[in-house]
Amino acid sequence: MAAVQTRSERALNRIAIAAVLVITLIFLAPVYWITATAFKPRNLATTIPPTVLFEPEISPFVKLFTKRSQLREAPTPEEYAAAPWWERMVFDGGEKIVRSGRGEVQPSGYPNRFMNSLIVAITSTVLAVGMGTFTAYGFSRFRVKGEADLLFFILSTRMLPPVVVAIPMFLMYRVVGLNDTHWGLIILYTAFNLSFSVWLMKGFIDEIPKEYEEAALVDGYTRMQAFFKIVIPEAATGIAATAVFCFITAWNEFAFALIMTNRRAQTAPPFIPSQVGSGLPDWTVIAAGTFLFLLPVAIFTFLLRNHLLRGMSFGAIRK
Amino acid sequence: MTQIELRGIQKYFGAVQVIKDLNLAIADNEFIVLLGQSGCGKTTTLRAVAGLETIDEGDILIDGQPVQHIKASDRDIAMVFQSFSLYPHMTVYENIAFPLRATRMGRNDVDTSVREIAGVLRITGLLARKPSALSGGDMQRVAIGRALVRRPKAMLMDEPIGALDAKLREEMRAEIKRLHIKQGSTTIYVTHDQVEAMSLADRIVIMHEGILQQVGSPDEVYSHPANMFVAQFVGSPVMNMAPAIVSETGGHASVQVGGQPKGFEFPAALANRLADARAENGKLTLGVRPEGVLISRAAREGFMPVKAHIIEPLGSHDIVDLKVGDHMIRARTKSGFVPGAGEAVWARIDPAQAHFFNSATGSSLGIRL
Repeated sequence: MAAVQTRSERALNRIAIAAVLVITLIFLAPVYWITATAFKPRNLATTIPPTVLFEPEISPFVKLFTKRSQLREAPTPEEYAAAPWWERMVFDGGEKIVRSGRGEVQPSGYPNRFMNSLIVAITSTVLAVGMGTFTAYGFSRFRVKGEADLLFFILSTRMLPPVVVAIPMFLMYRVVGLNDTHWGLIILYTAFNLSFSVWLMKGFIDEIPKEYEEAALVDGYTRMQAFFKIVIPEAATGIAATAVFCFITAWNEFAFALIMTNRRAQTAPPFIPSQVGSGLPDWTVIAAGTFLFLLPVAIFTFLLRNHLLRGMSFGAIRK
Repeated sequence: MTQIELRGIQKYFGAVQVIKDLNLAIADNEFIVLLGQSGCGKTTTLRAVAGLETIDEGDILIDGQPVQHIKASDRDIAMVFQSFSLYPHMTVYENIAFPLRATRMGRNDVDTSVREIAGVLRITGLLARKPSALSGGDMQRVAIGRALVRRPKAMLMDEPIGALDAKLREEMRAEIKRLHIKQGSTTIYVTHDQVEAMSLADRIVIMHEGILQQVGSPDEVYSHPANMFVAQFVGSPVMNMAPAIVSETGGHASVQVGGQPKGFEFPAALANRLADARAENGKLTLGVRPEGVLISRAAREGFMPVKAHIIEPLGSHDIVDLKVGDHMIRARTKSGFVPGAGEAVWARIDPAQAHFFNSATGSSLGIRL
């Protein structure tokens, strides 16, 4: 697209580009701030005016993964010399790493919470996208009685603010023993994402010409085989886009995770802020936790970026 | 060796009946073309044979066996779609190999078969490409290759070249004919293009509003159309149709058209033949193809003076619109035969090429002079 532009249009374009740059910077500022703080020494994290130039260090990450306690007295030079490099960082911060009786380093609560987040988010995404794709295929390809009503009903599950059902869900979960379990959160997030997944996937599958499957049928394949060999590869873009959205929702969910879990199955979102409350907060550790928490979504989105770009414009242009 | 037989097929879409009591027997190795306007039921018929559409009544027999309850995947029939329907995520090779993989054929045999059919279709150089990188003609070759590769009992083609441009269509038409002669398989081909139908078919099946109108060789349907629909659907430019009044004057029959008092001269035998064939006082329609309208530039015995109205020069020949009373009749002449519009010429209708139809029912009276 390189249509002829007048002088005033060109000027307007430049202003628009400048405005977009400014908005982008504003949006990126918190991301920068979290990332910078995650690599700061503790004493530089809260300076006024803020420290912009500093020597990055990874002590916040060491602290993030280990259980620590305040040093009553400074370590002896022998102790200090015998400690590995990462333990010295903790000593330098006026803390020590808690070890078990056999001298094993005790991990902090973070790695488990992070794992819980991964387990819950990945499983619920796979379930929501998988079930959503099957359901959408059914609606797209077969004459379903009351199709419009059913689809509206599926969508209507999203019209209720989820927090409204938090207390009843909590009570129900307590009865069936799903409180503070992975499956509890997985079921919740799957249910929550499913309607979205069905609707999005229906749009994508509607766009795949029926003839591809018919060709596969006359080529000697059953409908199920045609679904897996033809529809799924053709819908890859839609599946990727849907998966990213579902994953982000499940990964970021806070309210239910806070109410339904406390220890075994707690995910990272309720855990990270809970660290602020305990004593004088070490903002660098919280920032490190947040920074790591940002990575999976960033990586996932980055890996699927080509699909996503196509997915966003899918259906917008008639082929 | 595959015969296909359709017996009393009825098919409804909701309240609309799209196929009405269709009976058709297709011989082994025969190339059958289903011809008709869109919505006439020809594609539905094809899809029913393929197993992609159920029928409400009747039997579809392949080699004598009823197949209407057999799934598409088990009918061993191949189909080429108008949109080609090549799987976009597979290479040309994978596309052609796809039907073979369904049969759990060994890898080497698959490879041999794919390369053999690619050779026949002259697409060996394209095997590694994705369909999106192919031209329309090549896509269609691949689609045909995919259909032929497993040597199906029958080939079904649903307007396979309808999406191509005119020049390519002509080329592919010849290609399909060449392939059919070389590979030989019972083929049902659906099209709305009568030129395609004429050039490809062993027999043409003309359908209209779900009803079979006529089955016959291209020559039969062209020269002996069973009714006015077939007469006008086959042939280009279309057959002239005019309500006609036949009378007898001075030893020959006269066919009046367009309210013109003077009629076209026909042999006297016409009146008797009409009396035999015609329903009581039924109104008549005269049909004559443009090449059956003879033109002279000078007055001649048996010719009637008319005025040339519009001339369409088509290079190899001209189509001249003649005004006969208040009716237009189109004639086909050598190029430049009638020098200009408005020119007075003399015309007659070749009795051997005239058709007479019952205006009320549309069916041909079967009179050939």
